[in-house]
Amino acid sequence: MKKAMTDFTVNGPTCPTSPKRKETIQLAHGGGGKLTRQLIDEIFRPAFENSELETDHDSAILEFDGGSLAMTTDSYVVQPLIFPGGDIGSLAVNGTVNDLAMSGARPLYLSAGFILEEGLPLETLQTVVNSMQEAARQAEVKIVTGDTKVVPKGKCDGIFINTAGVGRREHSFNIHPASVRSGDVVLLSGDIGRHGMAVMAAREGLGFENPIKSDCAPVSRLALKLLDAGIELHCLRDLTRGGLATALVEIAQTASLSIRVEEKAIPVRENVQGACEILGFDPLYVANEGRFVAFLSAGGADRALEMMRDDPLGKEARVIGRVEQSPEKSVVLTTRIGSTRLLDLLSGEQLPRIC
Amino acid sequence: MKFVDEYRDSEPVRKITEALAQIVSKPWTLMEVCGGQTHSIAKYGIQSLLPSGLTLLHGPGCPVCVTPLDSIDKALQLAARPEVIFCSFGDMLRVPGSEKDLLTVKAEGGDVRMLYSPMDALQVARDHPEKEVVFFAIGFETTAPANAMAIHQAKEEGLINLSFLVSQVIVPPAMTSILESPANRVQGFLAAGHVCTIMGLAEYEPIAEKFRVPIVATGFEPLDILQGIYLCVKQLEEGRAEVENQYSRSVRHEGNAPAQEIMSNVFEIVSREWRGIGAIPQSGLGVREDYAAFDAEKKFSFKACEPKPPSECISGLVLQGIKKPDECPAFGAACTPESPLGATMVSSEGACAAYYRYQKTGL
Repeated sequence: MKKAMTDFTVNGPTCPTSPKRKETIQLAHGGGGKLTRQLIDEIFRPAFENSELETDHDSAILEFDGGSLAMTTDSYVVQPLIFPGGDIGSLAVNGTVNDLAMSGARPLYLSAGFILEEGLPLETLQTVVNSMQEAARQAEVKIVTGDTKVVPKGKCDGIFINTAGVGRREHSFNIHPASVRSGDVVLLSGDIGRHGMAVMAAREGLGFENPIKSDCAPVSRLALKLLDAGIELHCLRDLTRGGLATALVEIAQTASLSIRVEEKAIPVRENVQGACEILGFDPLYVANEGRFVAFLSAGGADRALEMMRDDPLGKEARVIGRVEQSPEKSVVLTTRIGSTRLLDLLSGEQLPRIC
Repeated sequence: MKFVDEYRDSEPVRKITEALAQIVSKPWTLMEVCGGQTHSIAKYGIQSLLPSGLTLLHGPGCPVCVTPLDSIDKALQLAARPEVIFCSFGDMLRVPGSEKDLLTVKAEGGDVRMLYSPMDALQVARDHPEKEVVFFAIGFETTAPANAMAIHQAKEEGLINLSFLVSQVIVPPAMTSILESPANRVQGFLAAGHVCTIMGLAEYEPIAEKFRVPIVATGFEPLDILQGIYLCVKQLEEGRAEVENQYSRSVRHEGNAPAQEIMSNVFEIVSREWRGIGAIPQSGLGVREDYAAFDAEKKFSFKACEPKPPSECISGLVLQGIKKPDECPAFGAACTPESPLGATMVSSEGACAAYYRYQKTGL
């Protein structure tokens, strides 16, 4: 509902989707929202352009004679290093395993690169490494190569970890946002917002009566279970930085379709909801580390849901929405009170409000 | 979740919107004072539930939005000093000053920290006796008691390395200023429920009487807001102009006496500049002489600077309810949450940010 305006002049760029480019890196460039997208589109993609480069999905797919591999990488800089429900080690394994699983691949091998800060207690490193091995065991992957660098005190924050992973694709489905079709249903694997709020509470020393535990877990088992049963999944996406809302908006934009979701259908634990209310956060934008959405034809939804709910990781799985034909490429949320609103990419980082 | 779910339920919302539709006989223009209410209105699409002709204008009650450029420029100067640890509420960090924002100062090496409570600044000061710790004490009557308490506690403890850059404002003079403006369109107010929780309702009675406007202390959930609108419209339809309390689960007529006491011990009423609106007489709180040692404006010297607000930003008109965010030519174009021209595009409580985030265009 733009109204005609004559008494103001506009300076500067006018494209509503392209924020002005910042001259230095801001923290929000790593936040998974609009500025991250801008870095990919303006710096990385143009520089690295090649036929296998994947910038819209979690892993690149590499075709070989007789099969195809998925490859991905991710770096982990979480603080605190250890938080309720996990630590930087389990996160570094599960995050990369999940990225492989979201391309429909069976995760097989990981690398582990460590950047360690001078003065780090060996005991902390041991805890983190043990946790990585336990996570790898649970996810049925092997950590097969690694690297260690130490930087002077103050040049990194205890431990930074990079993991890269490869997995094997064992089916012929093209699991990608571009494969999403009008009429598809959106399945969510469980409650949202736990990882982000658990880390936030631990980092900021916010003591909630009912502590929040991260949902950090490998979701490959659940995703592969569906694929092994021959359920044709069109797209999978784990709900990491930027949360559920950002994942859905990215998929809608790549698929050139509209997604309609029901707020009532999206499970949020009471302690997560409470923490979000206090801080003025929206759980739809809070990071998860063990949750994903799956897009598939409506006909396969019941069977997929049943299989997901059979697994402890998917007990709360449910249908949260549907894909519609629309030129808008938008994500529309039907709120609890029955009104509708648009979901957008996360802008900057979520900051706690004042009052 | 108790006290939340029952106020976000579709059935009572449907009932109250139906009741509202039945009592409206002519177009009315209401203003919700508080940015938290604006946020809820945008988030839940409340305007779309209202009878046509019933207009909500978004008021000046966004603390980040009205903090004057001069205060932000002073904050930026302090934050850039090597001996200073500058502490602030989170959503103040992205508000543009004349040249940059606090996050940029942080990226340039300033020690800028986000705190959740002014009381946390006391601990930062205790932990860093070699540093000057400054807390950016901004906001309305809702943040004033905690800020006053922190200043009082700093004095009690003799924390000489802690001071407060104070830019507190109060609501009733801003409402009066809006009503006195020749451009005023507001016929009734939804007063800010949490401000009323602290201050009570008595100070709104002379305003309701003098300007013949209904004022309804209103909460922040969708059902609260719709009930507040209903009560306000009912008064207008019946020709009444009274102070009413929709948010009775939190607001008492007399307010919170201990909170008022600590505020008046530490602060005194002063005139304040409101960003985008201008100076409003007797509309702010300043640090009393007894606590002057903890007043950052007295403790530090500042380079004189001429605040330079972006010429095309109409946030002042938005904050006074004269324009809506999407009536600004820069909205969503030159001005977005990533590169805000005005503070109303920054805070989640700012009207422009709420429009941009939830509806993209009009409500």
